Amino acid sequence: MILSQFIFVPLLAAFLIVLFARKKENYAAAIALAACAWILIVSFIAFFKLSSHGGMILNNTSGWKIPYTICLILDNLSSFMLIVVNLVAFLSAFYAIQYINHFTGKWNFFALFMLMLTGMNGVLLTGDFFNLYVFMEISLFSAYALVAFGTEAEELEAAFKYATMGAITSTMILFGIGILYSYTSTLTMADVGLQLRSGGTPKMIFLVYGLFIAGFGLKTALVPFHAWLPDAHPSAPAPISAMLSGVLIKTLGVYALMRIFFNVFGAPTVVMNILLLLGSISMVIGVYLAFVQWDFKRLLAFHSISQIGYIVVGFALGTYWGILGGMFHLLNHSIFKSLLFLDAGAIEYSTGTRNLKEMGGLSKDLPVTSKTSLVASLAISGVPPFNGFWSKLIIIFACFLAKQYVVGIIAAIVSIMTLASFMKVQKYAFYGKEKHSKVTEKVPLTLKISMIILAALCLISSAVMIPSIRKNYLNPIVDTFMGRTSYIDKVEPYFDKGSVK
Amino acid sequence: MILYIMCFFLFLVGVYGAITKRDLIKIILAIGIMGYSVNLFLVLLAYRTGALVPILKKGMNIPASMMVDPLPQAIVLTSIVIELGITALMAALAIRIYQKYDTFDITKIRRLQG
Repeated sequence: MILSQFIFVPLLAAFLIVLFARKKENYAAAIALAACAWILIVSFIAFFKLSSHGGMILNNTSGWKIPYTICLILDNLSSFMLIVVNLVAFLSAFYAIQYINHFTGKWNFFALFMLMLTGMNGVLLTGDFFNLYVFMEISLFSAYALVAFGTEAEELEAAFKYATMGAITSTMILFGIGILYSYTSTLTMADVGLQLRSGGTPKMIFLVYGLFIAGFGLKTALVPFHAWLPDAHPSAPAPISAMLSGVLIKTLGVYALMRIFFNVFGAPTVVMNILLLLGSISMVIGVYLAFVQWDFKRLLAFHSISQIGYIVVGFALGTYWGILGGMFHLLNHSIFKSLLFLDAGAIEYSTGTRNLKEMGGLSKDLPVTSKTSLVASLAISGVPPFNGFWSKLIIIFACFLAKQYVVGIIAAIVSIMTLASFMKVQKYAFYGKEKHSKVTEKVPLTLKISMIILAALCLISSAVMIPSIRKNYLNPIVDTFMGRTSYIDKVEPYFDKGSVK
Repeated sequence: MILYIMCFFLFLVGVYGAITKRDLIKIILAIGIMGYSVNLFLVLLAYRTGALVPILKKGMNIPASMMVDPLPQAIVLTSIVIELGITALMAALAIRIYQKYDTFDITKIRRLQG
């Protein structure tokens, strides 16, 4: 029953926080942190135990067997994603303990935070289309509320924008699921894939492709669907920005997109080409728009669009090196982007501003923030030996191997532009002349600890490139994509064969 | 078939409203219409002319093809609840926005720079 813990522990925590922590606000942080620590440990246990289970653990949630019931599936890909999500969630929750003192309604914050985590873990584990939709809505729902948490005019505006776009595209996803159901009479992902594989490709499948690309593409913030991200991510409190940019767009967006298109539909060429195009455009537009920003968090949000472009391009190439690079960049981006958002939050906490023009000379007053943000800036711009360098190198290398020379050149140029953009950040925020912004409050301890751990991870995660580690831990994950619909074959033995359809 | 086409038309009405309307409340309503059309679509999938409710009693011997598909109905129930939550949240946001900006017109709610 290891799988259901990922869903019920944070859900129970959210419930307990609402129940007990309304009066005593310190309980809220304690319960949330305990829940996060628990599932972080469990996700590590699950990751290392998985190989002894033949690479897949499947739990039916009722007495029936699939395809007649909802199932939770843990395979190499989802266990890897669980570690990424729960690691960032734990560090963000730890950061939030003292950061959230600037807000009222602590218990509200932590309850919503736990609910968002429930949704994300559910999306990663589920093997059922409609269940995926439900969990996605749970996490989006709490994300809308958390974006509006400050209840300032801009935050409400951003949350409404996010909620509108999210609701429209979620409806599109449900429509797509309905069409799939009408064709295959089942909702289990593996069964849908099985019937599509045996039944050829009907014409309606292209409508489903379109609806899913629009639906999950908006959650990923690929370029034609990106408009909500630069408003929503900076408006949220810093730990939530870290969660949204670090993991939410990857679980609801990249993971769901890739799981469905690779493992259920078998990576159709037309979709892969569209994703390659959208990913390349995202890289360029994101970094171009980031260039002119002066709001620190808004700049980071635009960089998220650009970096997501790298990840999607890596996956869309569909080759071993492309997927490896995309996977690795996903891990790295969730580490350094959440670190950068936490740094921006620490600066906002102590100086009260997000505008780069008002900062300056902060490296003396905020040594920890300055050092960690330097590490993260170097990592995101792809300077060796930090993790961002390796993953970007692999992606560019994969583009050339797959004979996508234009995309490879774009990726290399965007990398240089990212470096330039972060040199601007470093110059104006930390090293330039001292401006009128004053440090009114010191950065509290829990903020510092979270940032230092993430900065250390920026270096440590480079170790994934050591060949023996890559072979043992990353290759099985890449294989879930390389095998295309082999996911279906792995799930098939669990099917109920006795009954009549 | 005509039912499906009309259902899709309703979906397009919702999309049109959500894209072109400038009033926050009308946008919320348009999203609601989109949701209804998808729910209607799901119920239509389950419908069979002349079929019975899918409840088995003792001694009944009806083939499965003579029953209505119950799964989309369960899905619709869940999706209605989700839509209720989203609508309530968006209405709450709209009220708070009105308190800050004194308007429901989205062309005047533009403090974020695009």
